[in-house]
Amino acid sequence: MEWVNAAVQGILLGGLYALLATGLSLVFGVMRLVNLAHGDLGILAAFFALVILEATRANALLSLAIVVPFMMLVGYVLQRGVLNRTLEGGVLPPLLATFGLAVVIQNGLLTVFTADSQGLDAGAIETASLRLTDQLAIGWLPVLTLTVAIVVLGGLQLLLDRTQLGRVLRATADDAPAARLMGINDRHIFAVAMAISLGTVAIGGVFLGIRTTFGPFDGPARLIFAFEAVIIGGLGSLWGTLVGGIVLGVAQTVGNQIDPAYQILAGHLVFLAILVIRPTGLFPRAVSRAA
Amino acid sequence: MSGLAERAGPAVATGAAPILAVDRVSSFYGDFQALFDVSLEVAEGETLAIVGANGAGKSTLLKVIAGLVPAGGGEVRFDGASLARVAAHERVRRGISLVPEGRRVFPSLSVDENLRVGAYRARPGRWTIAAVRELFPVLADRGRRSAAVLSGGEQQALAIGRALMANPRLLLLDEVSLGLDPIVVKQLYAALPQIRAAGTTILLVEQNIDQALTAADRVSCLLEGRISLTGRPADLTREQITAAYFGV
Amino acid sequence: MSAGPGAGVVGTATARPSTAFRVERGTLASRLTAIVGLVLLAILAAVPAWGTSGMMKLLVEFLTLLAMAQMWNLLAGFAGLVSIGQQAFVGVGAYGIFVFLNLVHTDIVVALAGTAIVGLGVAAVTSLFAFRLRDGYFAVGTWVIAEVIRILILLSPALGAGTGVTIRPPAGLSAGGRLDITYWLALVVGFGSIAVVALIMRSRLGLALRAIRDGEMSAASVGVNVQRTKRIVFLVAAVGCAVAGAVYYLQLLRIQPNAAFGVDWTARMIFIVVIGGLGRIEGPIVGAIVYFTLREVLADYGAAYLAALGLVAIAVVVIAPRGLWGVVESRLPALFAVQRRLVVTEPPATSSIDSRKEPGPT
Repeated sequence: MEWVNAAVQGILLGGLYALLATGLSLVFGVMRLVNLAHGDLGILAAFFALVILEATRANALLSLAIVVPFMMLVGYVLQRGVLNRTLEGGVLPPLLATFGLAVVIQNGLLTVFTADSQGLDAGAIETASLRLTDQLAIGWLPVLTLTVAIVVLGGLQLLLDRTQLGRVLRATADDAPAARLMGINDRHIFAVAMAISLGTVAIGGVFLGIRTTFGPFDGPARLIFAFEAVIIGGLGSLWGTLVGGIVLGVAQTVGNQIDPAYQILAGHLVFLAILVIRPTGLFPRAVSRAA
Repeated sequence: MSGLAERAGPAVATGAAPILAVDRVSSFYGDFQALFDVSLEVAEGETLAIVGANGAGKSTLLKVIAGLVPAGGGEVRFDGASLARVAAHERVRRGISLVPEGRRVFPSLSVDENLRVGAYRARPGRWTIAAVRELFPVLADRGRRSAAVLSGGEQQALAIGRALMANPRLLLLDEVSLGLDPIVVKQLYAALPQIRAAGTTILLVEQNIDQALTAADRVSCLLEGRISLTGRPADLTREQITAAYFGV
Repeated sequence: MSAGPGAGVVGTATARPSTAFRVERGTLASRLTAIVGLVLLAILAAVPAWGTSGMMKLLVEFLTLLAMAQMWNLLAGFAGLVSIGQQAFVGVGAYGIFVFLNLVHTDIVVALAGTAIVGLGVAAVTSLFAFRLRDGYFAVGTWVIAEVIRILILLSPALGAGTGVTIRPPAGLSAGGRLDITYWLALVVGFGSIAVVALIMRSRLGLALRAIRDGEMSAASVGVNVQRTKRIVFLVAAVGCAVAGAVYYLQLLRIQPNAAFGVDWTARMIFIVVIGGLGRIEGPIVGAIVYFTLREVLADYGAAYLAALGLVAIAVVVIAPRGLWGVVESRLPALFAVQRRLVVTEPPATSSIDSRKEPGPT
């Protein structure tokens, strides 16, 4: 029965990973950029929420109303001001620039906030749980996280499929120079994609901060989880990222069930197994892209 | 020769300012110079064909006009205004649309979605998605299908339709016939009169001289980055064109 | 009238161009550099006679980090492979030297050789996974693998688990003697890494790498085995990092798994290469000097110094992607000669095209 419990907790944990992974997947899809600072930006959002909480004594969940728009603005400016310039030079510049950014964020946070572990206060929901059966209880917070993940992913998918902005994002992802011929300002669209990306990772970061403690150097681990979720799920598919997150979550919680020391390792091993058995992921999108 | 005289469009020498003026434009790819002081003018509503061998610089010229490639020297003026600092995506709003070489339809979008993206910066005009579907019925049939699975000719129709969705005043067509079989090419060119009827100025680049001559009011020939000949199809002999084309 | 077969055709009768040439690589600058390098090596080798142990320790750190940076530059600057997992091999080097010295009880040289082989093995297995990914995903993938190795070590009581291990130097070696040996090994590793990279880039492998850097498909179309070439470079870089890591920990003695496998190692390599100059052998040398200078000067500022370093790296990537060396490169000759030049020693006797203009058909 503990295994069922572990699996259920894993599915719920997958929601958090999916939230963290969505932005990484989107930005890679639109501009072929792997943002090595992605996890750190999520942690940055959590720290920003912390500042708001300390100033207003509000509930962490409410702080999202300020944190998300702020992080979206950061994403837009970051892409337009810095990262757009790295896109022409091939593979290395974006990786190196975002790596540098990760270091800047980590050490900047350390300088401002010290290395102390922090937590975000969301009130009663943190411990409230729903009893399903005698042996199985699920927390409201993880349920909420998974629900939010599904809503965010669904919303983003709708945006991509049904709106003009979504079409424009997909067209730019296919062929940015041809998109310019449609009147699309690709520099602006890349920045919009990064803004959406940071908006979603901000939500993930805040939920992470509510769920567990966090510190300035917790970004890289989140980047790795997000990255594993994307690869397991399959590049190019948002719903795949959700599945990938869930698979990763279950792998970790089941590993934890075997021995707490194995939790993260179990996730890594499942990731490596997917790399060997099905390198394109569980639900890859087969699309011919323009070079 | 008989039909050609009637099809001569508005003569350049009406005194009206040309809608497009290319003024001593040069263009470079790194050290390689593709265009040498190229000048030409196009009157509004006119169809000008640019012919020339592979590598003569025809596509480069269109890309400079569209803003994809910078002009290394000289200036392009549209409606009297210089396009010097105007980015490619802004030129669409001003009324210049390029149908690029190789079609470049968006493969992960459907036919309809490609058309709708074309309308992103649409100006008011007669080209709506319904009008484009009427012009190219195949696009109506294939509406929901992914653009990637269309045949070459269908993709070309889509690329033209997509450019029309912006209601351009100047339509640039780059090698429409490339890689397509003659029947398909004829069908595509059959659509041009309707585009002209809407008052659109067309600048088309073609390696296929015959097709270019039937469609155009005037023809210019590019040879190794320079204009070697300009004139009305009716006024030019085959030998003149061949000489200008090959540089013999 | 058409010519008969053979009359107007260039073929058998026309001589092969009688041009003699040779391929040269050395330049005046490169020969000078080699001489200066050897002199420098000799001077540095004599340091144990008069230098302080603090100075020697700093030099050990400098030389091993320089070697690692050269390896990272070989991967990223020459082969286009961005790895954020090189720390895996540094850690393997650390634990390798511990295992060989303290568990297997060999002497230092054998221990280093053994560590290199272990590093090679780990790299071979790593490449099986990592090479299924490309570009940015390859980068994070190497990081994941480094994390896996770190966790496995954390779970191994025989290797000290979370508390780490301390290397016990070979018996009969005084502390000063140990430092001397470690120092000379560091000299070999540091100068050796430069020599190895230069030799590779001068070889056919180097030609293949430059072709791949220019365009993988084009390189493949002229017969370069792209995957195999990249793999070889990956293995070389791994062994290099392992050996450098081994020598570093031979000096430090205390191995803490999270530090030995920390991504900080790769971060330092990246900063040194990016700021010094990516894709040039001179780059990491310049970068290492800058890095260590900054570190000494800004030692008191702690984390803010690292944040500033990150900002500098971003600025370099965006504004001067070829790094410091790239900025001065156009004004200075290349110190390491990797370009080939064709030197014609005998001009061609007759042009084979001219011999086509024989009397036409009669």
